[in-house]
Amino acid sequence: MLAARVVLEQGVHVEGLNFFTGFCVEGHTHAIRKRDRTRPKRNNALWVAETLGIKLHFIDVVEPYKEVVLNPRHGYGANLNPCLDCKSFMVGRAFEWMQPRGFDFVVTGEVIGQRPKSQRRDTMPVVARESGAGERLLRPLCAKHLPPTLPEREGWVDREALYDFHGRSRKPQIALAERFGIEDYAQPAGGCCFLTNAHYSAKLEDLWRSRGTRDYELDDIMLLKVGRHLRPRPHFKMVIAREEGENRFLRGYRYRFTHLHTVSHEGPLAMLDGKADTDDLLLAARLVARFSQGRDAERVEVEIGVKGREAEVVAVAPLPPSEIPAEWYI
Amino acid sequence: MVHLTVGTESEFPPAAVQVLDARGLLCPLPVIRTQDRVASLEPGDRLRVRCTDPGTESDIPTWCRINGHRVIGIARAEDEIAIVLEVGGGAV
Repeated sequence: MLAARVVLEQGVHVEGLNFFTGFCVEGHTHAIRKRDRTRPKRNNALWVAETLGIKLHFIDVVEPYKEVVLNPRHGYGANLNPCLDCKSFMVGRAFEWMQPRGFDFVVTGEVIGQRPKSQRRDTMPVVARESGAGERLLRPLCAKHLPPTLPEREGWVDREALYDFHGRSRKPQIALAERFGIEDYAQPAGGCCFLTNAHYSAKLEDLWRSRGTRDYELDDIMLLKVGRHLRPRPHFKMVIAREEGENRFLRGYRYRFTHLHTVSHEGPLAMLDGKADTDDLLLAARLVARFSQGRDAERVEVEIGVKGREAEVVAVAPLPPSEIPAEWYI
Repeated sequence: MVHLTVGTESEFPPAAVQVLDARGLLCPLPVIRTQDRVASLEPGDRLRVRCTDPGTESDIPTWCRINGHRVIGIARAEDEIAIVLEVGGGAV
């Protein structure tokens, strides 16, 4: 937001790009979970664009982004976050997007030393080189620490009016935002990507391990954002809604998975991912009963819907907590 | 802006309104699908977007404002939001 504002200040025409990878935190969990429904529902990229008075274009990169996640050339950060590859990928896509549309350069809000992996002095040239943007990549917030780029040399922007921010402190950015009269901004520092989240990364690794292959579809990574995930057996896992908002979200998936829900008591909707025989289904039903209002009842009726078969209701004893090992939780 | 009822097209001749089903999709996918559909429409065409993500109620109108399109009406039912927009003259 600040980088765009700095360039706009110099009279440059700027349009925003927002890449949808499927791992974006943006809106998803807030939209799903009822308890989060009091939070403001806004897409931050849209809000920033409107605040700055610029157009915003969304680009769906779910498919090409898989290669970044699955085979990052520069490896991962603390979790499954391939930040350096991700940055090169997105700058590269922006560079590809701009060329036929008559734009001259790409602007990012990178700051040297801000992030330990992807925003270091030695990685800044890597992003410029591997993205293909080269000298047409301008980082207005730390430009004075970098060699002049084409837009600076050509006089499209005034280098003297760019900045020399560096390091992890965001105080200079906050001060600049105040100078521009910007009082509200999205929280920075990796909070926008589920791949930086340890719990989410553990669930993604479990998915790959259980399938014996490192791959995913959009639905897979969306479902990892929702519910309790338990793996009672190596060959199947359960996704159990935690509240009504998640129930509603999972309902959209129920015909693609074996699904279970309690009928004698209020309770969650659950999806079963994997292969399950009759004993497995009964175990799954007992587990779902455990998370229902009938958790203390002797019997709970659970409807099991298996793809291609008529739904069946079974009466089961809820699984006691002592029979749910901590290792089942992913 | 007029009030619409989800599931009806009473305010518009049916032929004048195309429908995009974005139910079950979470932000920003309904906006992306809207953007992609609008790109294939002509200025003045109307598109009705059916959504379930409550975030769309602010996101799609914001997207319309910044890209030069006009929201004609928004309707809300318990689990569904319908937004009718009119494609503006500028490119998306």
